Amino acid sequence: MTPMKPIAAALAAGLLLAAQPAHAGEITVVSWGGAYTKSQVEAYHKPWMAKTGHKIKSVDAPNPASPIKAQVKAGNVSIDVADVEYSDAVRYCDEGLLETIDPAVLPPAPDGTPATEDFIDGALTDCAVANIVWSTVFAYDAAKFKGAKPQTIADLFDVEKFPGKRGLRKGAKPNLEMALMADGVPAGDVYKLLTTDAGVTRAFKKLDSIKKHVVWWEAGAQPPQLLADGEVSMTTAYNGRIFNAAIGEDKPFEIVWDGQVLDFDLFVIPKGAPNKDLALEFIKFATDTQRLADQAKYIAYGPARKSSGKLVGLYQDGKTQMAPHMPTAAANMGNALVNNFEFWADRDSELNERFNAWIASN
Amino acid sequence: MSMPPHATMFERIWRRLYLAFCAGVFLFLIAPIIVIVPLSFNAEPYFTFTRDMLALDPDGFSLRWYDRLLTYGMTAPDAIRDGAWWADAWANSQWIHAAKNSFAIGISSTLIATALGTLAALGLSRPEMPFRRAVMALLISPMIVPMIISATGLFFFYSKAGLAHTYIGIVLAHAMLGIPFVIITVTATLSGFDRSLIHAAASLGASPVTTFRKVILPLILPGVISGALFAFVTSFDEVVVVLFVASYDQQTIPLQMWNGIREQISPTILAAATILILFSIALLTTLELLRRRTERLRGLSG
Amino acid sequence: MTTAAETVAAGDGGPLTTGDGTPLKTALARATRRARIKALLLVAPLLLFVIVTFAVPIGQMLYLSVYNPVFSDNMPRLSSWLRSHEVSDVPGEAAFEALALDLKDARKNRTHAQVGTRINYERSGATSLFKSTARKIKKIKGPPYKEQLLALNSEWGDLHLWTVMARAASPHTSAFYAQALDLTYDATGNITRAPENRRIYGLLFQRTLFLSALIAALCLILGYPVAHLLANLPLKYSNLLMVMVLLPFWTSLLVRTTSWITLLQSQGVLNDLLVSVGILGDDGRLELMYNQWGTVIAMTHIMLPFMILPLYSVMKTVPKDFVRAARSLGAGPVTAFLRVYLPQTVPGIGAGVLLVFIISVGYYITPALVGGSSGQLISNQIAFHMLQSLNWGLAAALGALLLGGVILLYWLYDRLVGVDNMKLG
Repeated sequence: MTPMKPIAAALAAGLLLAAQPAHAGEITVVSWGGAYTKSQVEAYHKPWMAKTGHKIKSVDAPNPASPIKAQVKAGNVSIDVADVEYSDAVRYCDEGLLETIDPAVLPPAPDGTPATEDFIDGALTDCAVANIVWSTVFAYDAAKFKGAKPQTIADLFDVEKFPGKRGLRKGAKPNLEMALMADGVPAGDVYKLLTTDAGVTRAFKKLDSIKKHVVWWEAGAQPPQLLADGEVSMTTAYNGRIFNAAIGEDKPFEIVWDGQVLDFDLFVIPKGAPNKDLALEFIKFATDTQRLADQAKYIAYGPARKSSGKLVGLYQDGKTQMAPHMPTAAANMGNALVNNFEFWADRDSELNERFNAWIASN
Repeated sequence: MSMPPHATMFERIWRRLYLAFCAGVFLFLIAPIIVIVPLSFNAEPYFTFTRDMLALDPDGFSLRWYDRLLTYGMTAPDAIRDGAWWADAWANSQWIHAAKNSFAIGISSTLIATALGTLAALGLSRPEMPFRRAVMALLISPMIVPMIISATGLFFFYSKAGLAHTYIGIVLAHAMLGIPFVIITVTATLSGFDRSLIHAAASLGASPVTTFRKVILPLILPGVISGALFAFVTSFDEVVVVLFVASYDQQTIPLQMWNGIREQISPTILAAATILILFSIALLTTLELLRRRTERLRGLSG
Repeated sequence: MTTAAETVAAGDGGPLTTGDGTPLKTALARATRRARIKALLLVAPLLLFVIVTFAVPIGQMLYLSVYNPVFSDNMPRLSSWLRSHEVSDVPGEAAFEALALDLKDARKNRTHAQVGTRINYERSGATSLFKSTARKIKKIKGPPYKEQLLALNSEWGDLHLWTVMARAASPHTSAFYAQALDLTYDATGNITRAPENRRIYGLLFQRTLFLSALIAALCLILGYPVAHLLANLPLKYSNLLMVMVLLPFWTSLLVRTTSWITLLQSQGVLNDLLVSVGILGDDGRLELMYNQWGTVIAMTHIMLPFMILPLYSVMKTVPKDFVRAARSLGAGPVTAFLRVYLPQTVPGIGAGVLLVFIISVGYYITPALVGGSSGQLISNQIAFHMLQSLNWGLAAALGALLLGGVILLYWLYDRLVGVDNMKLG
């Protein structure tokens, strides 16, 4: 045993060394995984690595914003770039957890329009640069409904007309919004109503009507999987994930755009990121006009720059036009709601507590 | 234990029921572990037996999920499988990366836990040890305190101490979780230890160090090794602490499985599970051999 | 090394002394002390290690559940005003002046949103109130502050907001414990029960206790006969069967949970089997997972070895002759079991039940994966507040309450079984 110990220790030390990541010229980018991360790897990561010679370590997380607070508070940040939702981008920026990004450093559009004017309204904040517009929609398995097909958001909550289990995201957002729209509230009034107790109660009452039939999902990759496995017949999902399963993998899934909830995804740099400057270089590269348009080749999310819109062409299969699959396409915007980050910054803890209490009770 | 001749009819029926019940419980214990093995060879991406599988048709079976396990995360998984391909797998495959982390963390934390734990067990088993009960209760408490609480505490502590998202942090945490097992197994071995052997060695002129190496260590070694195995498995199987204090690139096998189950559950997980089951069978065999050795040694010394 | 055994008694009549003339009593005491220090020294490194990596972090966590200096640090003027005044009504100009000046500094240091978030834990809407006011605070150049702030946002005239701030002015707070116990402070600062639709933690603590007890009971029912069989079979059979208990014990928790997902999901093995033999129709598949059933079934499987092993080690020591003697003296099989066998296995039952119960109470992984919504335990809420809502104070308070319960059980376990009697395998 005695002579064994140094050897074992050396072995362990060696393994530890082998497991340490190399830091030179490498940035860590955290995103949502699955088809979404893949689209970013194809459209942003690979061209950037080819152009600059730096490496990107791509990491998946159910919500890339979650580890940021812990890392920044610990003063031990390993994330260089994270892809986060609007409300988190704002909240974390306010709490001083993110580096500020001056929009003036972003490249202008090909015709010379400065970035600040080229990005869609609200796509640039003090600490974040949006890359895409995405939406929460609901989708169904066409094979499960031979006769009438679900058409409106109300059908998601109608288990008599459209039997089968439902998949919903585990959390108050955006179930409350969708419940109210299904209950007949016009998109424009949803947030006004949700600031009142009666409005919230009404939303929960609507959710109550399908509670017994719900399978809750947490990660974006789950809903298409739940549909494919036949665990649910209808589910809310990020629209791009359903597009990839339907067009990319030939699954019989249909999206219903009625009652969709739009949101941005934004790139942020955590305060104290190990490779802050490289991270900014990456964001500048990834959010230029061409790159944003390229991403649409791999997933059905709308680019955050106006100038990218014209460049959006065919899906990677070479035959599907992407424009009609974008959440921002005129035909899809009939009854759409834009997520209100201010509302959620205020009500997030209260409504999630109520949601957790609701979900935990039988 | 056969039925005595005076057994009544009622007793015979009762005994049948009792054996059937026990058989049922054994099935409950072992079936979930067995069932996963053939499913990992499924040619289809389903979690259930396909018709082809039940007909034992070779087309129903494949190694594709094992292949996926190996290639997931590689830069060029479809290249020709030459030396460069394997180098790519070794460097980039996510599961291999997770396995490297798991072993590095497991071995390092086991060494710490075993060294400190054995030393402490030697002290605890001395009759002169003061506050024995209280100290023992404290040292064993990491096993009892819910992992979620230890992990929460460590999370805050490491945030302040700059140990969050470091390998050292995870290794120390896992060593702490493994210590109770080392203490329990080593003190159990020492409780059957004939202390007069120490006096005999000392009276024959052996120094305390020699006594430890030549007399104590060989006798308690099986206990030490099985404690170390417990500590290793604790670390190897631990996910809550890793979830809380590790950074995203410090993936371990359980964390990889946890993410896989929550996000995209595919039979790849079953392939990983099958390999882990083989691993636990190997550990179990080692432990059994150790137990027999202890019994033999006890027989000699007693 | 001089031990008591080597001391030599000298002289008759006088006090016993050692060779060098020290009284034997002193020498003995010294030797004992030395032996004690030696034993202690062997334990010391580990004790230190466990204190640093375990006791200190947990102590720190407990502190975090009552300490939150975000408001008092970043709003110093207002905090000191609030600490020295009773808030029974919306205060006057002096408090608003402190508020305005503090907000100006907070805006400069970019801390205004953190302060808002802290207040928002107890009063929704504070986040945007602090943010929007801080954005426009530069416009307020001088008095009257109250009038101008109220003009910016009338919510500054809300008494509830002021009572929350008055409590937050002290870095030590009971707010997190109140929340963890489903209590809340009303607008005037009195403690009341939370509105019914927000009471969650009491429900989850109850459910955690109930499900843990259920799992312990199921393990006892399933484990007792098996342990009995193992203890009474000839060694060559029992060793073989023991493998069936030990293999699950040594198999990764995540592997076992994965297995149960495979078996229990609605398109899984068990449902497929029931459908194919015709017990169920294809649309009548049982929901065995993503609910309490999933948690109970999977956790019973995971905990069962923790019940069987202590039972087995106790039953092994029960002499078989006792039951035989009782039977030959005319006791029926039931009486013999209840009056003779069962009482002798009580220590094993106590050990197994407590062990299973203690471990179950704090379980996180399995309920999170197979529990759906109704099979969640309190630990899942702790993880939620740690990782998602980032309300660390509340997570710490919930953890502290759970820890209190477990320590009580642990103490009970130590009294009934003794931690040093714990056996593995």
